[in-house]
Amino acid sequence: MDKKKLGYWLFFIALFLGPLYLTEFRLALLGKFLCFALVALGICLIWGYTGILSLGHGVYFGLGAYCTAMYLKLEAAGGTLPDFMEWSGVTALPAFWQPFSNPVFALSASLLIPALLAAMLGFLTFKNRIKGVYFSLISQAVVVVFVTLFVAKQDWTGGTNGLTNFTTFLGFSLASPLVQIVLYLMTVLILGASFTLAAALTKSRAGRVLSAVRDGENRVRFLGFNPTSYKVFVYSLSAALAGLAGTLFVLQVGLISPAMMGIIPSIEMVLWVAVGGRYSLIGAVLGAIVVNSAKSFFSESYPDIWSIFLGLLFIIVVMFLPNGIVGAVNSWNEKRVKSKRKGGTADAADSVVS
Amino acid sequence: MAVVATQLFNGISLGSILLLIALGLAITFGLMNVINMAHGEFIMAGAYTTYVVQQAFSHYVPAALFNYYYIAAIPLSFLIGALLGFVLEKTLIRFLYHRPLDSLLATWGVSLILQQMARSIFGAPNVAVTAPAWLDGGLTIAGAVFPYKRLFIIALAVICMVALYLYLDKTAAGRKMRAVTMNRSMASSLGVSTQKVDAAAFAIGSGLAGIAGCALTVLGPIGSTIGTYYIVDAFMIVILGGIGSLAGTVFGALSIGMLGTVAEFWTGASMAKVIVFAAIVAFLQFKPAGLLSARTRSLE
Repeated sequence: MDKKKLGYWLFFIALFLGPLYLTEFRLALLGKFLCFALVALGICLIWGYTGILSLGHGVYFGLGAYCTAMYLKLEAAGGTLPDFMEWSGVTALPAFWQPFSNPVFALSASLLIPALLAAMLGFLTFKNRIKGVYFSLISQAVVVVFVTLFVAKQDWTGGTNGLTNFTTFLGFSLASPLVQIVLYLMTVLILGASFTLAAALTKSRAGRVLSAVRDGENRVRFLGFNPTSYKVFVYSLSAALAGLAGTLFVLQVGLISPAMMGIIPSIEMVLWVAVGGRYSLIGAVLGAIVVNSAKSFFSESYPDIWSIFLGLLFIIVVMFLPNGIVGAVNSWNEKRVKSKRKGGTADAADSVVS
Repeated sequence: MAVVATQLFNGISLGSILLLIALGLAITFGLMNVINMAHGEFIMAGAYTTYVVQQAFSHYVPAALFNYYYIAAIPLSFLIGALLGFVLEKTLIRFLYHRPLDSLLATWGVSLILQQMARSIFGAPNVAVTAPAWLDGGLTIAGAVFPYKRLFIIALAVICMVALYLYLDKTAAGRKMRAVTMNRSMASSLGVSTQKVDAAAFAIGSGLAGIAGCALTVLGPIGSTIGTYYIVDAFMIVILGGIGSLAGTVFGALSIGMLGTVAEFWTGASMAKVIVFAAIVAFLQFKPAGLLSARTRSLE
């Protein structure tokens, strides 16, 4: 157990020291992947620990990103209308945009709006005991609804192009490498804190109820718990994590568009967790980093192959590695320990015979 | 009046396309509790089959017979869809029966691969299929025009529906399928080969998706993502209608088709999506298991 903790610490320290040994380009990539890792953490909580498969986390990620992007856009516009609104002939700032000129409001909205949406959707479905694939499909329909809406309301959301061309955040220039390094370090710290929080949650009493809901929801109900409130809670928490990741993403990448919250990105988020290991928080983090590294490597050189590779990855992981990389490593370790023991007894027997 | 009639007709027409797609999903979902995310790609396969048949007719068959290519394309689309479904069931799905969420992810992987293969074979841009001449024009009743193409699709959906009903209700194989849907272990212990039933059900369901794809070609150009456009709605229909019930599926398809068309007419395409989704969630507050789900005493 202590060895494991040491490993986690080493891993996060290595991430934290990233700016020392990575080029600016690689650092920016890693920063982006760490935002994805934050989403993966949330998905691991609901999928691995509670058994809810959400195919709609792109929406929460996108909503968080859009909230922050609206603030950045207003700051860049400096009191005038954002550029895309002028292009589409809007004359006055829409009322719902106005509060987003306040950074505190925008940043808290980027957490709260995804969480509230998730709580509402979760309450309306979980209360009625809609679960399993039904819930997955409904969460996917949410993606379709939001993407269509964001694309169509071009004068409010920037349409297909999304929101981009930001200049400053709280007065700091986003183009400056130093600011980017600070944002990267913030991402690492937030990821570390969220990881600790999630790990504490899974070890707590509530966390054990969550796994119990996954393994036998009705038994949990018979024991006097209300699974609905637990599920709504963890689902909103995971949406808030996705929203937070969206904020960090938009600050570092400088762009958010409906394409990043669509069906395919949403289901890719699930793949990160599946590859890393759905029952393991560290697996989810590693999965997000590994899959995205592979993606940026493959899709740079062979964009056509990537989608076939992605499809194959899904099939292979589900068929042969249901517990992901971490599960495979664990079972390999167990086997090694077992065979060592076997080997030991065999040796002893040999010596007795001779 | 003519506007109302046209909207109503468009709703039924959209509903019948969705019905063709959702029937296959409803069968496999009811029977095996497996959501096949690659179902949309079977639609695409059917559409491209029609395209290939049309190309073949225009090159190798006398021009006089060209208009009949569509007659040949329908059964071929069914066969291609059924073949793909059969292969998928035998190679992948049957290993994942007890893991519904995992089968969803694995079949989504299949769908990605099929889409990319279609792009590699037929190219990324959409291709157009010329509809046969006998589907041009329309029926004019009291000022409202009913295009033959849409009437044809409605007829096709009704025929498939009736054929499926007869198959499930009157043939031995179909009755076995219903038995397995109702109680898998009991049917199995009475000597029904559930493996055969599963494979057949999957093939039939996928074949219906192929026919849907064939029907879609008369409405517009087809591309590798044609399936994804309809598939989410089709899933909603299955949820709305309830598991293992054909009547429920028909109800779901028609109501989503109608509501979608009417909402689109009043508020535009993007708000229509919101309205339909809100209506579905509201409906599930009263009927969480869908309109007509098989009554059972089991808890899970």
